[in-house]
Amino acid sequence: MTDQTVLEVYRYLPDEETESRFQSYEIAYQDDWVVLDALNYVKAEVDSTLSFRWSCRMGVCGSCGMMVNGEPKLTCETFVKDYDTETIKIEPLAHFPVIRDLVINMDDFMEKLPTVSPWLIPDEERPVEDGESLQTPAQVAHYKRFSMCINCMLCYSACPVYGLDSSFTGPAVLALAERYNLDSRDGGKKERAGVVTSHEGIWECTYVGECTEVCPKGVDPAGAIQMLKLSYSLDWAKSLVMPKGGGSA
Amino acid sequence: MTKELMRPLPRTWWLRKQNYLVFMIRELTSLAVLAYAVLLIGIMLVASDEASFSGLFDFLDSTTGVVIHVGLFVFAMFHTITWIALTPKVLVLWRGDEQIESDVIAGANSILFLVVSGGLLWVVLG
Repeated sequence: MTDQTVLEVYRYLPDEETESRFQSYEIAYQDDWVVLDALNYVKAEVDSTLSFRWSCRMGVCGSCGMMVNGEPKLTCETFVKDYDTETIKIEPLAHFPVIRDLVINMDDFMEKLPTVSPWLIPDEERPVEDGESLQTPAQVAHYKRFSMCINCMLCYSACPVYGLDSSFTGPAVLALAERYNLDSRDGGKKERAGVVTSHEGIWECTYVGECTEVCPKGVDPAGAIQMLKLSYSLDWAKSLVMPKGGGSA
Repeated sequence: MTKELMRPLPRTWWLRKQNYLVFMIRELTSLAVLAYAVLLIGIMLVASDEASFSGLFDFLDSTTGVVIHVGLFVFAMFHTITWIALTPKVLVLWRGDEQIESDVIAGANSILFLVVSGGLLWVVLG
């Protein structure tokens, strides 16, 4: 079954124009089309100059994030038929510089990602012959939800704090720090404290909570940041009471 | 190198979405909590001077004072309720292998709030 809709797509062609504009494409779509299918149809059949990122088409790679009617969405998971508005407005992810059309510059995010050392930092080096570092299901459960991030950056587009001040480390990167802090195999909490507890880190977050609402993987970055605040505050308090055996903040 | 386009966030960003608006109201209502703290400090400062205490009491007992107080009470309650609703995000507790339900955390905080408030009311009125 097919139906008609109008895609109102953000266009910016830096080689030809100095300002952005919206371009409308009236299309016939099928019931099972997601917004990304509609964009690919436009690219293939109507206007080959349209630029956008995509890859896996199955909500795994995190490449196809865009603003759909003002909401940050993975366009490969967003069905056209779910929009009963006359037009569907498609824009690049908010709060990021636009390179061309729906393609944003993600350098800021990519530079911030390694700053929290998002890898296991064991307390002590373990020889390979000791085998795997085993964990109980309960130990895995403590950090698993924070490990599901696909770096789609929808949370950054939903975060007004990042929109107002891009020096903020941001939801996904801080959630990743908490993912490793909560891992029983990790001892890197103290090493991450510098970036996590800096002015641009957790204390910049005012807990709007929208990052959690838009996360397509249920990661809950807002919760992770509040847990980091509590955890590092307790470490700081412990360091005051027990200066020699205190915490990491 | 091509020129990238920046799109600054407008000042009215918090009107774009209900969640943003609720957040802003929650932040603004913290001023009501501050006002209560200032009022308590004010009462403590004038408590030893009968004339000043009577003046403050008369103001609080006036129509203006009651209207202000009702407004502050509503704002402070909104702040308290929305704040307690967020506590499960911060306080993640585990019972063995299972995470304690967020409703239990928020419920326990609500009960604690009611018990402490009831206790204070009992001390003041009793």
